[in-house]
Amino acid sequence: MSWDNELLERAHKIIELYPQKRSALGPLLYLAQEKDGFISDDSIVEISNLVDITEVQVKSVSSFYSMYKEEQTGTYLLSVCKSISCEINDSRSVINSVKEFTGLENYETDQDKLFTFEEVECIGACGGAPAVQVNYETVEGLTPEKTIEMCEWLKNDKPEIIVADQLQNKFGGTKSFDWAIEDNTGSAYTVPGFQNIGTAKEKDN
Amino acid sequence: MKETLLLTKHMRDFPENSHNIEVYEKNNGYSALKKVLKEDNPENVINEIKDSNIRGRGGAGFPTGVKWGFLAEDEDRYLVINGDESEPGTFKDRILLERDPHQLIEGVIITCFASNIKKAFIYIRGEYAKPARRVQEAVEQAYEKGYLGDNILGTNLSLDIVVHLGAGAYICGEETALLNSLEGKRGEPRLKPPYFPAVMGLYNKPTLVNNVETISSVPWIINNSGKEYAKLGVEGSTGTRIFSLSGHVRTPGNFEIEMGKSFGEFVDTFGNGIKDDKKVKAYIPGGASAPWFTGDQLDIKMTIDDVANAGSMLGSGAVVVMDEDTNLVYAAKSIVSFFAHESCGQCTPCREGTTWLEMILERIASGRGRLSDISLLVDVCDNISPGLSWPPKMTTICPLGPSAVSPITSLLDNFSDELMKMLPTKIPIAQ
Repeated sequence: MSWDNELLERAHKIIELYPQKRSALGPLLYLAQEKDGFISDDSIVEISNLVDITEVQVKSVSSFYSMYKEEQTGTYLLSVCKSISCEINDSRSVINSVKEFTGLENYETDQDKLFTFEEVECIGACGGAPAVQVNYETVEGLTPEKTIEMCEWLKNDKPEIIVADQLQNKFGGTKSFDWAIEDNTGSAYTVPGFQNIGTAKEKDN
Repeated sequence: MKETLLLTKHMRDFPENSHNIEVYEKNNGYSALKKVLKEDNPENVINEIKDSNIRGRGGAGFPTGVKWGFLAEDEDRYLVINGDESEPGTFKDRILLERDPHQLIEGVIITCFASNIKKAFIYIRGEYAKPARRVQEAVEQAYEKGYLGDNILGTNLSLDIVVHLGAGAYICGEETALLNSLEGKRGEPRLKPPYFPAVMGLYNKPTLVNNVETISSVPWIINNSGKEYAKLGVEGSTGTRIFSLSGHVRTPGNFEIEMGKSFGEFVDTFGNGIKDDKKVKAYIPGGASAPWFTGDQLDIKMTIDDVANAGSMLGSGAVVVMDEDTNLVYAAKSIVSFFAHESCGQCTPCREGTTWLEMILERIASGRGRLSDISLLVDVCDNISPGLSWPPKMTTICPLGPSAVSPITSLLDNFSDELMKMLPTKIPIAQ
C-alpha cells in the first residue's frame, strides 16, 4: 500500500530539515517501519521517489542498519543485550528466560505477531547490566524472574505505549545512573519514540 | 578521592528538572553564550578552547582546539555532534543527553559562533530513544527562547540544529561513517585522505565532528576560562572526565573526576570494590576496543598518556572490571562477536577476519577447540593488524578491525593459561 497524505505530509516536513533530500532517508525509513512493522517494498518505492534516489539505493541503506527490519516484527520488540558488561553479569540467563517464555530463537517473531526477540549488541546500559530494551525503551538491572514477569505483563496488559520509566519501576533493578527526571513519554511502535519522526507518544498518568 | 563536578554539577543540583530550560537559565545557564555574544570575538573562543588543552572525549583524544583550527574556509560549514555512543561499557553521553541537554546545546551554539557555522546536527544513536526525545525537546525550548534560529538574542548570529537519529550501527561512531550515515548512505568509513572532515566533511563541506562530552565542556570553559580548566587534571589530560564504571563492581555508574588518579583507587572509591569481596582478574580501561590490563596493574594512572604508555588506551572512558571468577575466553568472545557484528563489511581483513575470529573462539568456548587454534588466531589477527603491536597497525580503512584483535592479544599476552585450559591436552589421532 502506498503512503497516505498524513504520512506524506510528515515525510515532507522531515525532508525540509536537511540541506539535501537524501539525508532524510533514515528518518523516512522509520516512518515506513511505523506503518508496516518493517520496510516494505511499497515503502521503498515511495521513499525512492521522495528523496530522488533509486529503489536499490534505498534498499542498500535499509539493509545496512540493524534497526530497519526486513520482516514484520511483533508489537513488542524484545532486544536483550549480550555485550561485555551484560555478558559478565549473566545476560545469558535473561536471554534464556525470554526464549523460554516466548518460545522464540534469535530474530524470530511469534505467529500472533506479539513478540519479536533479538540478541543485540551494547545498548549503553552497562552500569545496569543485564539490560533489555522493549521497543527501544531501556529496562536495567533485570533478573530472569523479572524478565518473565515483564513478558507476562506485556502479553496480558498489551500496553499501547512503552514507557521506560514504567518498565523500570515495575521490573528493573540497578540502574546505570539515577534517572531522576520523571518521564511518561515512550514508543508506540517498534521504532524509537522520537518527536522528529512523530513516533513519540505520551502516556496518560 | 572525590568527584570534581563541572559537567554533572547542574544535574546533581537540580535532579528532577535539570533538563528544563528555565531551571538551566536560573542556574547560570546560557551565561557563557551571552558572554561570547557580548565580546563578539570568535577568535577568543577558539583561544580559550586551545588554552584549556581539552582533548576529544570520543575515544581518539585529539586536541579539540587544534581540530577547530583546521576547519577550512567555506560559505557552508557544519558542526556534527557525535552522540552515537555505542562502545561497549560506555554510557556517559547518555547521562549528558538525558539529564542536561541544554548544556550541550549551549556548547553547540558557542562552537558554531566561534567557527562561523549556521547549521549543526546532533547525531544520536537510534537505541537512545529517550535521550533523543530530551534533546529534541530542549532544542524546541531553545528556539522558543530565541537561543536558536535567526538573530540569536538580537545579534547577527543565526543557527539551526537538527537532531538526527541513527539506526543501530556502531561504526557510525567513526566520524566519516557518521557523515555518510547523515547523508543518507550506508555507514561506511571514508578514506583519509582525502576525506578529512575539516576539509571534506558533510556534503563535502568543511565539518567539525565533536563528541557530546567535549562540546558539553565548552560552556564551563568559557565561563571559567581555558586556563582554569587546564589547572584541573594533569598535563596532557586536563580537566575532568566522566568515566563509566561497570562490570563486577558493587556500585557501577558515571563518575566525573579529574584525570590522574589510579584505576585501583577509582574502582575502590566509586565502585566500592568488587562484589562478594572478590579480586580483580582483569579490567578494560577504555571501552571494548582497548586491550585489557590485569588485576596486578591497578596502579596505572587514568590519563590518556599513562594508559597509552602501558599498552592500551583511555578511549571512551569506559572501565569494565572483571572479577577472579570471570571466564575470560567467554569475555573475549563477547567482544570479538561485537566487532564481527558491527563490521561494516568494506575491508576484507575486517569483514572476514572478525567473523573467523568469532568462529574460532566459539569453537574453543564450546570445548571443541584444537591446539592449532592458537596459531590460527594469531594468523588471522596478524592479517587485520600486522605485528599485533600497540598502537595497532592497520590493513583497514578504520580502526574497527584492529579493535577486535585487542581482546585476543590481551588473552594471549596475560591469560594464555585460561585459553590453554579450554583446549584439548592431546592431539587426536586421525582415524
